[in-house]
Amino acid sequence: MAINIVTYIFIAIGGFFNIIGSIGLHRFPDVYTRLHAATKCTTFGAIFLIVAVMIQSISVWVTEGISSPQSVLTLHAFIALVCILLTNPTSAHAIARAAHRCGIKPARAVVDDIEGAEMHD
Amino acid sequence: MWFPVAIFLGVCIIIALIRVILGPKAPSRVVGLDTINTLVVVSMVVLGAAFEEVIFIDVAIVYALLSFITTLFIAKYIEKGKF
Repeated sequence: MAINIVTYIFIAIGGFFNIIGSIGLHRFPDVYTRLHAATKCTTFGAIFLIVAVMIQSISVWVTEGISSPQSVLTLHAFIALVCILLTNPTSAHAIARAAHRCGIKPARAVVDDIEGAEMHD
Repeated sequence: MWFPVAIFLGVCIIIALIRVILGPKAPSRVVGLDTINTLVVVSMVVLGAAFEEVIFIDVAIVYALLSFITTLFIAKYIEKGKF
């Protein structure tokens, strides 16, 4: 069945990016590059896994009719995806800003480009 | 279909948890914690599809928003001192 094949492909892409993000936490030397690996890869993997859930529940929703309980599952999974997409980059930016302000230098860095350009709020 | 995905996400969470335990300073631990939060939200959605329970996905939405606020507070805390 075509829907199942598409779902398996999306699950494979999402799982691949999630494990890449988790391994990247161990392979990179400092906070900023770890943040770069972990946040982007897990956000991308989360998009693909939740879209796989939505595809599968939409296929059941179409076959069962408009008043299926799968409709609620689809819409709430979409709301969870929107929440991840809004909150994940914001928290990554907050962590990077806090790490820079408490004095952590990037590994093997020679020049800090935002040393004097710090915004005071 | 969904239970192997949930087990795989659990393996990813354990790999990220090793970074939280080992992490040399506080910001590295916070990065690992943020990764774990995202993976927990995704695994809650996957388990909600596995058991066909909508309430798991509602819990996932609330967990995503609360973990965002938690991360912001920890970032505001480590901004002040030397860690």
